[in-house]
Amino acid sequence: MKTIKEINDKIKKGQVVAVTAEEVIELVAKKGAKKAAEEVDVVTTGTFGPMCSSGAYFNIGHSKPKIKLGGGTCTLNDVPVYAGFAAVDIYLGATALPDDDPRNKVYPGEFKYGGGHVINEIVAGKDIRLSAVAYGTDCYPRKKLETYINIKDINEAVLFNMRNCYQNYNVAVNLSDKAIHTYMGTLKPNLGNANYCSAGQLSPLLKDPYYKTIGIGTKIFLGGGVGFVAWQGTQHNPGVARKENGVPQAPAGTIAVIGDLKQMKPEWLAGTSMLGYGVSLIVGIGVPIPVLSEETIRYAAVPDKEIYTQIVDYSSSYPQGVPGSLGEVNYAQLKSGKITVQGKQVPTGNLSSYSKAREIAEELKSWIKKGDFLLTEPVAKLPGAESGYAFKPLKERPLV
Amino acid sequence: MTTKKIVLHFPHRLVDQPIVYRLVKDFDLKFNILKAHVTPEEEGLMVLELSGKRENFAKGVEYLGSCGVKIQPLSQDVTRNEKKCTHCGVCVPICPTDALVIEPDTRKVIFYNNKCIACELCVKICPTRAMEVHF
Repeated sequence: MKTIKEINDKIKKGQVVAVTAEEVIELVAKKGAKKAAEEVDVVTTGTFGPMCSSGAYFNIGHSKPKIKLGGGTCTLNDVPVYAGFAAVDIYLGATALPDDDPRNKVYPGEFKYGGGHVINEIVAGKDIRLSAVAYGTDCYPRKKLETYINIKDINEAVLFNMRNCYQNYNVAVNLSDKAIHTYMGTLKPNLGNANYCSAGQLSPLLKDPYYKTIGIGTKIFLGGGVGFVAWQGTQHNPGVARKENGVPQAPAGTIAVIGDLKQMKPEWLAGTSMLGYGVSLIVGIGVPIPVLSEETIRYAAVPDKEIYTQIVDYSSSYPQGVPGSLGEVNYAQLKSGKITVQGKQVPTGNLSSYSKAREIAEELKSWIKKGDFLLTEPVAKLPGAESGYAFKPLKERPLV
Repeated sequence: MTTKKIVLHFPHRLVDQPIVYRLVKDFDLKFNILKAHVTPEEEGLMVLELSGKRENFAKGVEYLGSCGVKIQPLSQDVTRNEKKCTHCGVCVPICPTDALVIEPDTRKVIFYNNKCIACELCVKICPTRAMEVHF
């Protein structure tokens, strides 16, 4: 048994033993969990996939004369931001679109530019065009503002994502006889392809399935810089069915994350255009798992072939909210390039970059080894598997 | 025998001429049309896989040039913007010719542009729009 304090002392002395979530699999297979837990102090994870419930808030500073954006309207490069706060605080969501984007009027829409792209350009240090209209008050008389802003000049620029890093995700297929365009990519008719979206054995929450070390306050790699777990993510659903190894068999836990955008890097926060669906942001996240016990390392060493997920039809059952799975596959099968669904061989594609996830885990490992990144003790736990915390559907009620 | 994939640009005045027919009739070349369309400016574009005896192939290409058809080798037409590609691999099952495949060890996407038939299916489905067309 080790403590986080002991591990941090080793990091400070440059004596820490850190391995990635891939490397730990081989190590535990070779030496056994007990021996590996004695040797290894930290396991680093990583993931790099589209995460739509992402966004960033900014305080742009006060103009002269002053303007109150709250209650008015404001855009960044023509993409609307939420301004319902005090005078100059705004929040930009990853899926926001310019008012004149044709959306899906010409189906499938291309969604070439939106919130995710603006966030990427802000982080890249580009000048961003801000346009705002306000109603004017005695204390904030100005009614119109048109200017360029730049991340290096504005007060705060904070990435705050309310749901990231899904612990496991569906495999999406299309049983219908026409192509469909979804947030899981374009799905060809009659089981033409099967798209999945997870780093599997490298994915943070899959390597700590019961959230024993990852909690509120955990310091993480976020968008190329340092961030923190702020809360459980929205739709956190820890109570789903799990295999004997503790790994959820369907989408389960999520985290909300926060971090200073000014120290992040554009290559780890990429804008995306999903044909027929919309725009989003690809977020790079890496979470360190302190090896506190033999149990921690046993969980961290679960390989792709022991992580299962569900195949879901996105032509009918997903959009209609009808529960049901067409079968279960593991990530080793998904990574082989082909899975069998209803007796048919179906080629697979991943929306989440495994090679980038590996780079993130390596990068975080190097930060820890260099002594640049100390681990934190969570200040509170995420709701666990037995907590009763669950993801509920909306109960619609007729208006009277 | 020579087999090549080429892109033909037909100027407006040639759009109604049976040029491909002449390639077969006069030069004994085999063709497979991979893609063809007439743009709004009424310029014709055709992607052909063309094969035949080496000297016939050369003569056929010379004939096309003499008619005013602009010829481009296909491999330059679809390229990958390496800065934008995240190597996710969502394009892999979409590509009909296995020109985009995952390298099993690095898990990076390899683009074999000699296998690409410029169908452009990957272009719009790429989340970061890393596949670019240069016709």
